[in-house]
Amino acid sequence: MNWISTFLKSSIGKKLLMGLTGLFLCTFLIVHLTGNLQLLKHDGGLAFNTYAVFMTTNPLIKFVSYGLYAIILFHAFWGLYLVMENKKARPVQYAAYNGNANSNWSSRWMGVLGTIILAFLILHMWNFWAQYKFGTVPYTQYERNLATGEVTFSPFTGEIAGKMEKFIDNQSGIEVTIVKDLYIVVADGFKAWWLVIIYVISMAALSFHLVHGFSSAFQTLGVNHKKYNALIKNIGVGVFGIIIPILFAIMPIYFLLLN
Amino acid sequence: MSNILDSKIPEGNLNEKWTKYKSSVHLVNPANKRSLEIIVVGSGLAGSAAAASLAEMGYKVKCFCFQDSPRRAHSIAAQGGINAAKNYQNDGDSTYRLFYDTIKGGDYRAREGNVHRLAEVSSSIIDQCVAQGVPFAREYGGLLSNRSFGGTQVQRTFYAAGQTGQQLLLGAYSALERQVGMGQVKMYSRHEMLDVVTIDGKARGIIARDLVTGKLERHFGHAVLLCSGGYGNVFYLSTNAMGSNVTAAWKAHKRGAYMANPCYTQIHPTCIPRSGDHQSKLTLMSESLRNDGRIWVPAKKEDAEALRNGTLRPTQIKEEDRDYYLERRYPAFGNLVPRDVASRAAKERCDAGYGVNATGEAVYLDFFYNMTEKYGRTEATKKGIENPTAAQLKEFGAGVIKEKYGNLFDMYKQITGVDPYEEPMQIYPAVHYTMGGLWVDYNLMTTVPGLYALGEANFSDHGANRLGASALMQGLADGYFVIPYTIGDYLADEIRTKAISTDHPAFVATEKEVEDKIQKLLNIKGTKSVDHYHKRLGKIMWDKCGMARNAEGLKSAIAEIQQIKAEFWSNVRVPGEANEFNQELEKAGRVADFIELGELMCKDALERNESCGGHFREEYQTNEGEALRDDVNFAFVSAWENQEDGWKLHKEELKFENIKIAARSYK
Amino acid sequence: MKINLKVWRQKNNKAKGELKDYKVDHVSPDMSFLEMFDVLNEDLITKGDDPIAFDHDCREGICGSCSMHINGRPHGPLAGVTTCQLHMRSFKDGDTIVVEPWRAGAFPVTKDLSVDRTAFDRIIAAGGFISVNTGNAQDANNLPIGKEAADEAFMSAACIGCGACVAACKNASAMLFVSAKVSQLALLPQGQPEAKMRVMAMVNQMDAEGFGSCTNTGACSAECPKGIDLSNIARMNREFFSANLTGK
Repeated sequence: MNWISTFLKSSIGKKLLMGLTGLFLCTFLIVHLTGNLQLLKHDGGLAFNTYAVFMTTNPLIKFVSYGLYAIILFHAFWGLYLVMENKKARPVQYAAYNGNANSNWSSRWMGVLGTIILAFLILHMWNFWAQYKFGTVPYTQYERNLATGEVTFSPFTGEIAGKMEKFIDNQSGIEVTIVKDLYIVVADGFKAWWLVIIYVISMAALSFHLVHGFSSAFQTLGVNHKKYNALIKNIGVGVFGIIIPILFAIMPIYFLLLN
Repeated sequence: MSNILDSKIPEGNLNEKWTKYKSSVHLVNPANKRSLEIIVVGSGLAGSAAAASLAEMGYKVKCFCFQDSPRRAHSIAAQGGINAAKNYQNDGDSTYRLFYDTIKGGDYRAREGNVHRLAEVSSSIIDQCVAQGVPFAREYGGLLSNRSFGGTQVQRTFYAAGQTGQQLLLGAYSALERQVGMGQVKMYSRHEMLDVVTIDGKARGIIARDLVTGKLERHFGHAVLLCSGGYGNVFYLSTNAMGSNVTAAWKAHKRGAYMANPCYTQIHPTCIPRSGDHQSKLTLMSESLRNDGRIWVPAKKEDAEALRNGTLRPTQIKEEDRDYYLERRYPAFGNLVPRDVASRAAKERCDAGYGVNATGEAVYLDFFYNMTEKYGRTEATKKGIENPTAAQLKEFGAGVIKEKYGNLFDMYKQITGVDPYEEPMQIYPAVHYTMGGLWVDYNLMTTVPGLYALGEANFSDHGANRLGASALMQGLADGYFVIPYTIGDYLADEIRTKAISTDHPAFVATEKEVEDKIQKLLNIKGTKSVDHYHKRLGKIMWDKCGMARNAEGLKSAIAEIQQIKAEFWSNVRVPGEANEFNQELEKAGRVADFIELGELMCKDALERNESCGGHFREEYQTNEGEALRDDVNFAFVSAWENQEDGWKLHKEELKFENIKIAARSYK
Repeated sequence: MKINLKVWRQKNNKAKGELKDYKVDHVSPDMSFLEMFDVLNEDLITKGDDPIAFDHDCREGICGSCSMHINGRPHGPLAGVTTCQLHMRSFKDGDTIVVEPWRAGAFPVTKDLSVDRTAFDRIIAAGGFISVNTGNAQDANNLPIGKEAADEAFMSAACIGCGACVAACKNASAMLFVSAKVSQLALLPQGQPEAKMRVMAMVNQMDAEGFGSCTNTGACSAECPKGIDLSNIARMNREFFSANLTGK
């Protein structure tokens, strides 16, 4: 398997790793966004909290998530390493350098944008993941009327085994869910306007990172054809540069306005 | 007839000479090739092809070029194409026809044997280049495409858009680099050959200067190949690259190699005129433009004056006030007369005071008529418009013109700032190619044993005028298919010669001479730059040894050049040091050689009392102003030997056994 | 026109360099950028100063010698032209123009504005060829090649090796140059037998020369005087993957 290490040591192999991990992270963003959109449901957080439990308990998802952390870290640090390497290729800088004349701003600042995103991720993990895993998170009891679909909820002060308990009271026709309430952590967290601003700026960074990153990954993979280039570019700009970052950014703004 | 000028043309039937030669020439066995060293100076088509081919055969090759990479040699700038007698178009082409066209095009001043060999190998060149991956233009069926070129009745020109020279050179360059990678060729870029070292009358090496460090180096070779191109830059302004020079050939000449036909210079009629004194070089506009452009100057002198001082635009001049002088003088060929004829006619009008730009040296190449009337109207008919407006005609026609010549029109606009779709182009002839060069025999060997000259550096194949698309053919023929055979004839007797130490007194002495000359140049510390002298030399050459020459002018040119030489060596200013990257020093050495060459060119032109091809002597013309050749007295190659007290002329008689000599007429 | 210049002066590879100010009067808009330098050099020589070294040869945009980084862009402000084809009418009277050499570790400065680009030659020597000795070729028309492939190969082969791609790239990457040659030969049937060896050897040499890696900014192609397309780089990536996955 000597060829693999030789391949990965080459400049093209190195950037292939960036492209592949980047595209993987793009698919993760879609999954993450779909889950997080539950936050916008008017159910007091039932759907979101259920989703949070699923994501943290399903063995397969758990396995994938550790892979994800590894890939995020790899993508970040490998990227920074490559930035350093590439800097070495030009030991003396230009006195005048007009990059805007020949390339997009975002394509030249991927390292900086990525670093902003990495910093954001640390903050983000601290805000929610760490709180959920190690902090004190309250439990909430949801009662859903199976006939009308109406949901009511109230704080739960007792104890349950695990993160969630769910049962149906056949007599009243009510589905009771007692669950660790990440929703309230989120809602509380985004009361702070400065945090919302940080999140929104970070999503802007994500947008610029992906406007270049998505189509760039395809170019690295060797996918460049007149017929499909426009499609790839449009998905990169439209979906990953605009829709996804905006939807992510709406969430903190939504909670800030809700208060 | 001097004995030393033995052209060594093999005996026998014209079309069997080369075949017989190849099967009887001496060979060098593979083991011996490994111990034979060959120096190749220059990396253009001839140099790269020769270096690569000889290395493939097993010789140890050293290749030198003054550019930073062998890929930059000026062969790269050739636009049009390369001729080959493939007859792929089924239009009756053959080796003989290519041979015939080349001899006739050369105005019957080339050697039959060499030219026939050139025509024979032309076909293999295309095969070789395609195998190397040269992307020639193709038809939809996947076969090679051809176009026609001036002076022929068949389509035999292979091309790669307008960059044929580039593609052929890159093919030869990659073959060369392959050998560099394999260690068979040692490449010395940014090295300039400054002298040939001869030992016992044989060329045994060179002195080269590392242009970055300024260090002089001695290199031994069992044979030395000069593939250093032409000397058009003696005119200062030419279509040659800035660095193109005669130095390698001139040093060889000083060491005993004869210079042949130095006065044969090709002037290309369609170049962008110079815009002022700052002009450093001239740019060619493809000859194909003459297919759709009409050449004219104003019929009235006052209009020409108004154009020159900018108070009148060409579009304001009425049809009846225009002089389409080529159509007037040559009704049969019109704007499509050969290069030399078109060039002289332009000069004649400008000299008479009808030139149209500030310098007075420009004529119009006007596309308006064909754009509107020919293409515009056809397009309108295709679109079903019965009475198109003038604006429609122009719009439709411009579309067609853009498709055919778009890149040339863009280039013209880029350089001149004038939009040729709106105003006629200005053109003027410029020096383009030099048919003369080092005298060589059939083996491409000069009069110095072991010293060869290939490509434009030699004189052998184009006579007094070169046909379009034949320069690339000759460079590659010499490099790929001729020298690999002919060098064996010499080296077979050299297998016992061990590599000579570069400490040999001849190397030491030659290096000393080179060093002294460099120091001499640096120590003059005068007041005028090298370019100052080069420009003066160029002006004399252009005015008196250019498109048209006469005895009186040539005599005064010789005196003026001698004057320039004296001034140069007493008042030139070469800044900097010898031991550094010093571009002025490089130029100084080259211009010093150009000055000497200029004198010889004038002398040669003065000696040749006839007009032929690129050499037009005003005293020798017909009543209608056409060139008048003298086959009785001048059917020979002039070969000049450098002697202490000047030059001695040797004549190689040209025998035409297979072609009947006739006058060229384009009326 | 009057032009102010800030030009990089550096005596040799070892010396330290700096930007120096020059004034050029009597600049004609019809001059090429290099002719403006000729005028300046003539002036410097007459004054007894050292003229500015710069690479140039054909001055018609094809040899690839000229290599000036002008106001932050290789070959100056126009797209699709080399420095020698840039004319002073693209500037205004009184403009200040910054002129620097190509900057890349793999292109060390020789003197002033002239750099050493032999790294490109070494990359070609590593594999940028088809191994066919002189005299071995079959008849050219025995191998039909579709016009589209031939034209595309030509577009890739149009590279002049000037190094503007490296100069423009923020990583000083040579991917466009290398991929143009890889593409040209990969598009042609003649290039197939050695395709795998070729791309591996050329990429290997490119990396060894110390060029940076590609981050797909597209600056190279945008500044390329011959408009070599980015699709060449994608093709080289494909060739490289397939060579690694299925080659020896």
